[in-house]
Amino acid sequence: MGTFTNIYRSSVGKKFIVGLTGLFLCTFLVEHLAGNFLLFVNDGGAAFNEYSETMSHNIFIRTVEIVLFLAFFFHILTATILWWRNRKARPKNYTQNHKSANSELASRISFLSGSIVFIFLVIHLRTFFVPSRFFPSENPSMYDLVVFAFSSTWYCLFYLAALVLLGYHLRHGFQSAFQTFGIRGKKYQSLVEWIGVIFWLLIPLGFASMPIYFLWTTHFGGMN
Amino acid sequence: MNFTLKVWRQKNRNSEGRFESYTATNITPDMSFLEMLDAVNHDLVEKNQEPIAFDHDCREGICGSCGMFIKGRAHGPQKGGAACQLHMRSFVDGDLITVEPFRAQAFPVIKDLIIDRTAFDRIMQAGGFVSVNTGGVPDANAIPIPKTIADEAFSAAACIGCGACVAACKNASASLFVAAKVSQLALLPQGQQERKERVEAMLAQMDKEGFGSCSNTYACEAECPKEISVSNIARMNREYLKAALG
Ligand code: HEM
Ligand code: SF4
Ligand code: FES
Repeated sequence: MGTFTNIYRSSVGKKFIVGLTGLFLCTFLVEHLAGNFLLFVNDGGAAFNEYSETMSHNIFIRTVEIVLFLAFFFHILTATILWWRNRKARPKNYTQNHKSANSELASRISFLSGSIVFIFLVIHLRTFFVPSRFFPSENPSMYDLVVFAFSSTWYCLFYLAALVLLGYHLRHGFQSAFQTFGIRGKKYQSLVEWIGVIFWLLIPLGFASMPIYFLWTTHFGGMN
Repeated sequence: MNFTLKVWRQKNRNSEGRFESYTATNITPDMSFLEMLDAVNHDLVEKNQEPIAFDHDCREGICGSCGMFIKGRAHGPQKGGAACQLHMRSFVDGDLITVEPFRAQAFPVIKDLIIDRTAFDRIMQAGGFVSVNTGGVPDANAIPIPKTIADEAFSAAACIGCGACVAACKNASASLFVAAKVSQLALLPQGQQERKERVEAMLAQMDKEGFGSCSNTYACEAECPKEISVSNIARMNREYLKAALG
């Protein structure tokens, strides 16, 4: 425990926590997306509902879920502490600062992109997780919840905007975590970049396919 | 060439500063930025006005004292050079050039463009040294060091402590400076004994001085006059992890 508090006290240590929890959240995105692809099975949602039922009862999944919430909590808490300290490190800003000459936008807006992902997360849990986990008897199946939520154009647009920001967050965040752990060198650099593409581009695209598909089918219908 | 300058003027540590406008006339393209400021100061002195205070010493990019924020960039719009190595040909005739001191909580402004960089000295005092009896000059080849390692250590040792990394970083982090100093010793045999204590002590001092943490934007590497690589920051993080967990 002493080791952990010592690490947490230092700024580099805090970055390790942000990176470690961040990469754990990335693995969760993979699982979440894979499960969600069951939405596309043409069986009126049976497979997807069964998957979502299993997820909410399986003891192993429930345990991992606690770890997941802790990871979110520590990621957000630690990143916010860092952001706050970093702001205090420059009390007076420059009058003219040509930031784009030395760094990429995605790397400078982590806190903004993360915060929007957080707002999205709260709304997302409210739409799907809370009704199905805590009030299952009063609510329709998960599949019907999805169809209903994605019939709203505004909800879909918000969803897509949040995914763009998630992409931005991970475009910087994924490779950044490896630098934080000190994993860097000619051998790893391009590998990390390529795996990064999966996380900042392909995964958000995968998630985006769902609201787009359901919005399309409810409004231009005729597919089932 | 002629320029309009917007320069930060501040009487002392405690006073509020403000921008003042000046014109720089009859500037030749091969003058350095500091020589241009000399010319402006010459005019100011002739008019019985207070000259612009700025730090400088070597004027050849090795002492690290001349850092300032020029046109929105640390050391101005050039790659791999200090403000004293910046030539006026890097600007267009008639340009408006804003000149500000490096800004960071840990680098308070002393006067005009001069900042107090002693926070770096205190980081060095915390662990940026080797405790050995120096004695006589050792035989050059007594400790064999592979060329690649020697080169790597040397490129980290090229850091001149100018503070541009802090100035350019959105978090005013001193990570690149500390990483360069940690690396130059971690790579060489002489630095091994105090390796663990060094990285922990220097990073603790960096936090204590009020520098920010690293967000890996890599702005520091882009603006560093010695082009110190951010791979040194990765090495520092490894060193820290090994020290903290081991
Ligand atoms: C699915 C959700 C999320 C994932 C997968 C994720 C992933 C990551 C990763 C991998 C990093 C890089 C860590 C490093 O540089 O060492 C990171 C950094 C960061 N995250 Fe997240 N994140 C998520 C949500 C959030 C949320 C909700 C916030 C809310 C504030 C946030 C704020 C930040 C900040 C500020 C950083 C940068 C820290 C720094 O560089 O100093 N993230 N994230
Ligand atoms: S790392 Fe580069 S920018 Fe930072 S103090 Fe050293 S020489 Fe200056
Ligand atoms: S005056 Fe020495 S580096 Fe510029």
